[in-house]
Amino acid sequence: MTYAAGVDVGSTQTKAVVVDTHAEIVGRSLIPTGADVVAAAQEAYDLALAEARVNADSVGCVIGTGYGRYKVEFGDTQVTEIVCHARGAAKMFPGTRTVLDMGGQDTKAIRVRPGGEVVDFCMNDKCAAGTGRFLQSAAAALELRLDQLGPTALRGQRPVEITTTCTVFAESEVLSWLSRGRKVEDILAGVHHSIASRSFGLLKRVGVEDEITFTGGVTRNAAMVAVLEEILGAHLNVSEDSHYMGALGAALFALERAAAGTNAGAEGAAAGKEAS
Amino acid sequence: MSATETATGTDGVGGRGTTGADEIMGRGAREGRRLFEEWFDGLTRAAEEKRPAAYVMVMGSLCEVLRTFDLPAVFPEIHSLQTAVRRVADEYLSEAEDHGFSPDVCGYVKADYALQLRGGEHPMGRIPPPAIAIVTNACNTYLKWAEIWERLYGTPVFTLDVPGTRRPVNREGMGPGNGAHDPGGFDRDRRYVEGQLREIIGACEEVSGRPFDIDRLREVLRLTNEMASSWRRLLELNRHRPAAFDAMLEGTIYLGVANVLRGTEEGATYFRDLVEEMELREREGRGPLGARAEEQHRLVFVGVPCYPMFRRFYELFSEWGGVFVGSTYTWFASGGLDREFEYDLERPIESLAEGVLLSVRHAMDSLMFQDRELIRAVDDYAVDGVVYHPIKSCRTVSTGLAASRRAVLDARDVQCLYIESDMMDKRVVSEAQLKNRIDAFFEGLESRKLRRGA
Repeated sequence: MTYAAGVDVGSTQTKAVVVDTHAEIVGRSLIPTGADVVAAAQEAYDLALAEARVNADSVGCVIGTGYGRYKVEFGDTQVTEIVCHARGAAKMFPGTRTVLDMGGQDTKAIRVRPGGEVVDFCMNDKCAAGTGRFLQSAAAALELRLDQLGPTALRGQRPVEITTTCTVFAESEVLSWLSRGRKVEDILAGVHHSIASRSFGLLKRVGVEDEITFTGGVTRNAAMVAVLEEILGAHLNVSEDSHYMGALGAALFALERAAAGTNAGAEGAAAGKEAS
Repeated sequence: MSATETATGTDGVGGRGTTGADEIMGRGAREGRRLFEEWFDGLTRAAEEKRPAAYVMVMGSLCEVLRTFDLPAVFPEIHSLQTAVRRVADEYLSEAEDHGFSPDVCGYVKADYALQLRGGEHPMGRIPPPAIAIVTNACNTYLKWAEIWERLYGTPVFTLDVPGTRRPVNREGMGPGNGAHDPGGFDRDRRYVEGQLREIIGACEEVSGRPFDIDRLREVLRLTNEMASSWRRLLELNRHRPAAFDAMLEGTIYLGVANVLRGTEEGATYFRDLVEEMELREREGRGPLGARAEEQHRLVFVGVPCYPMFRRFYELFSEWGGVFVGSTYTWFASGGLDREFEYDLERPIESLAEGVLLSVRHAMDSLMFQDRELIRAVDDYAVDGVVYHPIKSCRTVSTGLAASRRAVLDARDVQCLYIESDMMDKRVVSEAQLKNRIDAFFEGLESRKLRRGA
């Protein structure tokens, strides 16, 4: 075996990471999940292999994670993304003690031990309030692309107070501020503050301890990073690969499992459960 | 399995040696099901014969008084939750919401309201309307709920006003000697409750057309004492490893029997037999019947189960070898059966007032101040993890859980899981989200065990 891989099938995007025997990322991919989850997992994996210039036969173990982890049909086993994000964050930033993962549907606050073992975690309620989905709704209401949100919000001088983070009401909330003549950048700044405050609440539930590593798709949003740092009064570890942290964690577990010839870690053992 | 096949085979003279192990194993579930069905059949007969029935609540049911008058006891919480277990709750909830109830209102109330609109129609039979309703102030919703029956039927409603634990002096025990800060306070409160009981007894005489028989009450209290003794033994047996039964799944079933058959000969026999079964499981090292995997992780459940997917909810834990060795539900919803308290048959009404005072206070305390008992359970039952399950439509039982979790985490090095769903409304239950959190919880537990073993 030379390589291992992790495939993170999220609610909006599917990520795959291939690592070598030194646990270094050699291939990665990111695609929309879409309706065919099985195909998305396969395609993301194939793309990551292609980037790594690696043949699937050279991969000793593949672990699926994310909501669609049981749909990684070519995978050897599954691990939840909570544990994978913690593991990936600890690899990328070894001083990590707290992880905030903000994805399309979930926001997770995770407290970890050195090495990435999960001590405690907390997630948003069943609705998607305060997650990346709210940003998507706001972007749709303002006719902006997702990558325009952060730069626009950073220009905001007088953030409005967004009282709901319910994705269903996001559009009407945004439109009501527009009708009151508020600037788009101030509205977006308010949106970012609202989501960040909600995330801060989750973090407080598990206990915030330095260093804090920010993971998930929203890490690409510079305004969210800035607002979170302001609210937390602390620096956030963010990497260009933060979006891939779940897939990276899964790949690291896969690497251990492959090296041991069986379940290498507790999470690996845990992952040996049958899909339901 | 039919009723005849599930006969216990006991000789009724104390000798149980003739009952084979195969027959004993699983008897609690079989007999529980049969008794529960019989209870519903009894309610159906009462409805059809238009006999008066009394509506009571789990926390402070006063079943003992009703038995004395042979008044069938209807537990609206139980018939409501049964609509969820039988997967028809959504029909009832929608019907109540069509009448203007908010989705946020207690699911039990809404299911019962729709049931009343349907003339008592229930998947297990027919529920008679209330001739009298007796509620306590253990839950504020009880009071408003009873007003619905009052409006629908003109039902006389008695609200037993139980003085709350104004200071948490009862948390260390249920004995009445808690007057450290207020000598005589307990007796004063007991007399206050006793006065209300005497009023309720008078009302039951009127509704049933029967005079009160204090010797009958003595006998009913004696049977409750027997049930309580068995109940405590049952809970204690789960200290053994592997635990004899799953306190969240099986415990909830037994809890139902404990409530509806409280103070009856059948109830006392059932729990004697159940203890026999659990002692057998303990001797043979058998874990919960139907478990998906052998015991790996010992857990305590905090809250009310997720009835819309009751079995599946259990499996999400059992697949990982998670066994609920304890459940706070079997504490606060058992009407004080779990407490070290016995009715004094020499002074039945006075003693019943003590029991009600203590058990309702215990239920109230369990909603907000259960951390000490949880910490004790963690120690006594060698618990690895505590699962908090707040429910959307009952803020009463959910409000204190976050604080309790924090207190337990501060006091003991255990893994805690906090997952929210509902006891009735499947619209707010997401299996995928529950499973994700539960899987991560077990991954953490396994990782922790490996680290400790390293």
